[in-house]
Amino acid sequence: MQKIEAVIQPSKLDAVKDALVEVGIEGMTILEARGHGRQKGHTEFYRGREYTVDLLPKIKLETVVPDELVEKAIQAILSAARSGKIGDGKIFVSKIDEAVRIRNDERGPSAL
Amino acid sequence: MHRCRSIKVLLAGILLAGGFMSAMAQTPSSDQVAKLQAQIAAAQSGADNSWMLISSALVLMMTGPGLALFYGGLVRKKNVLGTMMQSFAMMAIVTVLWAFLTYSLTFDSGTSFIGGLHHIFLKGVGLNPDPDYSATIPLQTYMIYQLMFAIITPALITGAFAERMKFSAMALFLTLWSIFVYSPMAHMVWGKGGLLNASLGGRFPTLDFAGGTVVHVTSGVSALVCALYLGKRLGYPREATPPHSVVLSFIGACLLWVGWFGFNAGSALNSGTLATSAFVNTHFGAAAAALGWMAAEWIRNGKPSALGGISGAVAGLVAITPAAGFVKPMSALVIGLAAGIFCYFMVFKVKNRFGYDDSLDAFGVHGAGGTLGAILTGFFASSAINPIFKDANGNTLPSGAVDGNWHQVLNQLVGVAIAWVISIIGTLVLLRFVDLVVGLRVPREHEVEGLDLTQHGEEGYDFAS
Repeated sequence: MQKIEAVIQPSKLDAVKDALVEVGIEGMTILEARGHGRQKGHTEFYRGREYTVDLLPKIKLETVVPDELVEKAIQAILSAARSGKIGDGKIFVSKIDEAVRIRNDERGPSAL
Repeated sequence: MHRCRSIKVLLAGILLAGGFMSAMAQTPSSDQVAKLQAQIAAAQSGADNSWMLISSALVLMMTGPGLALFYGGLVRKKNVLGTMMQSFAMMAIVTVLWAFLTYSLTFDSGTSFIGGLHHIFLKGVGLNPDPDYSATIPLQTYMIYQLMFAIITPALITGAFAERMKFSAMALFLTLWSIFVYSPMAHMVWGKGGLLNASLGGRFPTLDFAGGTVVHVTSGVSALVCALYLGKRLGYPREATPPHSVVLSFIGACLLWVGWFGFNAGSALNSGTLATSAFVNTHFGAAAAALGWMAAEWIRNGKPSALGGISGAVAGLVAITPAAGFVKPMSALVIGLAAGIFCYFMVFKVKNRFGYDDSLDAFGVHGAGGTLGAILTGFFASSAINPIFKDANGNTLPSGAVDGNWHQVLNQLVGVAIAWVISIIGTLVLLRFVDLVVGLRVPREHEVEGLDLTQHGEEGYDFAS
């Protein structure tokens, strides 16, 4: 089992969710986040003062999937979230030691 | 048979009517005239009192929630309650203070600088009209109307020391300020025998219809002194402190605009045509100023902001305040436009140039706008709208420069200068005193954590709950 964490543009959330469901992944957690990569923020004005806003709104999507679905999930996210511009985001993948279904204590990939 | 009877009844009816009418056609007795006059006066009084009570409510609304929301939206989330509480505290404190002491200090005839103590605890302030202040309405109506002005004036100052002043220090300072700065200034302009009173025999008659000098110049200049004395917020100007909710400020500003009709048109003190003039001028001033500020911002910054639009409107309302019952509608548009542009520059250029942290632009909008409006009143005051100056025989004299009386501009400058001086000196002395007794600023860590939690033990928003 592996955990896929994708930091994406908020406007891409619906497309990414749909793409993941299409490859058979239905469980996921969505977090509202702020952040930036190498992308600079933008400038805003307040009472004639210019200041930089470098914590930009992002969506972080987390999903734990069986090993055989990892590459499919990555491809689904890539195709849905990519715009080609700076700020598209990143995907991180890590190993998961255990998964437990709270309702009935089911363990392992069948708990996903 | 029937027709005969009907004709008799008809004839009898005609005779009766004729007799009745001829009795009515006699000259009414002096008793009847007196009764009629009393009824007319009562009707006038009823109309005036209704309008004045509504105006009082409108002016209170300007403070709560108008100003509370306007200021509250402009600060960071962690300070929203603390900021609103400052306005609310004025609603509570100044009311009691007014009843106990400051109504008398303001409106009792004392010297030309301050009133006496004959009306402490509102002694003698009853439900009958008063020949000097409220000819057709109960004096208590006048008292409560003026109270709303006394409430909002110190509340305006809170914009200068937002996000860093102790609640206790603020309460003490503004109580003292109400006694030692507001009451004398209001007495001089509106009190009987006041030095600047245009209608009750002042030496330097300053035209100030609804409080451009009394409310806006004093609060705005005092605000500047506070901002300079207290110093800048932590991180200013390096760190940006944008408003946490321009939406709240927008709502507050619109409540201010509507409430201002009570502030200005209510200053006519009756429901007659002068109230109409003031109402129209108020509205025109706000609109023109909003356009002026938005245009300036659009040209210089590329985009007209919502915050700029509402700030412009408020600047116009401030500037038209002294002029509202003296100028013609087209002049109101000019005054508004000038204020919108002038205050834009005060806030965008002058503040940044000198670097003072007048957090919510109390000086930039109220101090500067009030000063400009007071001076322009001297230019545009027209006796056609309000024949305020009369000679010994009751003939109308010219009001302002448009009537040919350029001297009035000088009088306006005197009034403005006195407002500046009393505000600067009074505020400095009182700040120093309160600083020694209580300490003005919250400690560093409290400023970082926010006033809501540290001063009031609350959070403004708890969306998780």
